[in-house]
Amino acid sequence: MVSRRTPVLAAAALLALAALTLAAVAWGSVHIPVRALAAAVAGHGDPTTVAIVRTLRLPRVTLALLVGAALGMSGGALQATLRNALAEPYLLGVSGGAAVGAVLATVAGLRGPFMLPLAAFGGAVVAIVAALLVSRAAGGRADPRVLLMAGVIIGAFANAAIMLVLAGAPADTVRGAVWWMMGSVAGADWRGVAAMGAYLAVGGALLLVWAREIDILALGVEPAAALGVDVERSARRVYLVSALLAAATVAAAGLVGFVGLIVPHLVRGAGVRRHRALLGGAAVAGAALVVGADLIARVARPPMDLPLGAVTAVLGVPFFLVQLRRLR
Amino acid sequence: MITFEHLVVEYPRAARAALDDVSLEAARGAFTAVVGPNGSGKSTLVRALLSTPGAMMRAGVVRVDGRPVRALPRRELARRVAVVPQREDIVFPLPVGEYVALGRFPHTGAWRAANVADERAVAQALERAGVAALRERSTAELSGGEWQRVRIARALAQGGEALVLDEPTTFLDVAHEMAVFELCSALAASGVAVLVVSHQLNLVARFAHRLVLLDRGRVAAHGAPADVMRADVLEPVYGWPLVVTHDPAVGAPALVPLRRTSA
Repeated sequence: MVSRRTPVLAAAALLALAALTLAAVAWGSVHIPVRALAAAVAGHGDPTTVAIVRTLRLPRVTLALLVGAALGMSGGALQATLRNALAEPYLLGVSGGAAVGAVLATVAGLRGPFMLPLAAFGGAVVAIVAALLVSRAAGGRADPRVLLMAGVIIGAFANAAIMLVLAGAPADTVRGAVWWMMGSVAGADWRGVAAMGAYLAVGGALLLVWAREIDILALGVEPAAALGVDVERSARRVYLVSALLAAATVAAAGLVGFVGLIVPHLVRGAGVRRHRALLGGAAVAGAALVVGADLIARVARPPMDLPLGAVTAVLGVPFFLVQLRRLR
Repeated sequence: MITFEHLVVEYPRAARAALDDVSLEAARGAFTAVVGPNGSGKSTLVRALLSTPGAMMRAGVVRVDGRPVRALPRRELARRVAVVPQREDIVFPLPVGEYVALGRFPHTGAWRAANVADERAVAQALERAGVAALRERSTAELSGGEWQRVRIARALAQGGEALVLDEPTTFLDVAHEMAVFELCSALAASGVAVLVVSHQLNLVARFAHRLVLLDRGRVAAHGAPADVMRADVLEPVYGWPLVVTHDPAVGAPALVPLRRTSA
């Protein structure tokens, strides 16, 4: 059963995202008229404009779009499967693990555009696997609460490890690490966009395929088993794919907080309950939130960039508060 | 038809088996009730049927229509047997109509769109459970009795030929309790195999065709209500002095627990 409002909402959201994306490519320290955009994208016209659009703005906006979509979907899937309204993509140790990886790489002097994301991704994967193994060893194979606790504990351990490592590090290393933890798509290039795009295409598609199972998993272990879902297997693969999506965003853009927590609630607040529509909606809304937040981060106080994770929170929280009373 | 044959189920770190050589059957067209004290293994029967993680089946077999449930694909099992588990709380509320429609998952799977048959099954289930008027309401706004009937509607939407209810009348007042048992009775009369786990001895004695009394994981007694509802059978199992009389209005056996100190 799809509400009659859903197609209208979907069309409106997609239009809004398209307009926002256009604005984000056009706007910045150099303003590019919308008329010149299409030519610049195609490689025609003023070479500076072409360079700005093709090597700076487009990859940056595209990465913001992909990161937002991935975080929205990951958060939506995890909230339902863990049956927790406070669940978010970084929960299963992803943020802590990625941060440890990034900090270790920074301290070891491995900074390049290739090594840092790789180290962050590696750290996130280690943390996800650790969280899943810990919850399994604790005997909570089908109990999401045990996995939640395992994720929180791994995250706390990672934070402690970061502080221990940073305590002895030089000031600029600390500053670099802290900036990374606030999230940014400023350094986007096409290679990063392609990697993130590949992760989102595969991970997002899998979550959409599993969306009806996610509807059922959200009912709890026994009702889901009664409706013919292999709870343990289904939940585990949703955790894994959602966490890997989050890990990919962390590698691409650092920690962009609040998107995965807030966006699914925004979509639910619009009356969408089934997860195929909800995850699709969360992808669009997440993309819009991160593209919009990055636009503000760029243009608010030029030439400085504001930390993206902070802007997403400042933008998202008021929306969230308005929706809070509509969640029931 | 559901049959449990010589079932032995254990939980990790438990001192004794939760079910120890338990056999019983829920036949089509019959209302079978499983009764027994807390911890006697009633809910474990339901978990064994669903192969819920946590409970370990050591021996025996659960069959549905003659086929072992372990050999049935899960969705196939869900198409044949609908189960209403003891507890269920909704974290993300949804309209009652959409919730009941989730009962069609075993039929639609991941992709097939809901068709006319699915919609008819949902509408009939809502009607039959007496919750059609609640269709647009959110599950968050329901009373305990309404929620219980909505859950039964979801199970009815599954459309199987067997229905298992685990403590369906907990938290329900007299009228709602009776309504649930009347519904079970009507379903049994229409050919469904109804298996109810319940603490309400006096109620099941009036409605069920067969009672199975569990005691610490074993079958202590089974048979027609009159054969199980006897003081010499029930007193040792419940460990409490009681008498069994006959309900003056309908003549069914009725259990009256006694005060230990005569007041």
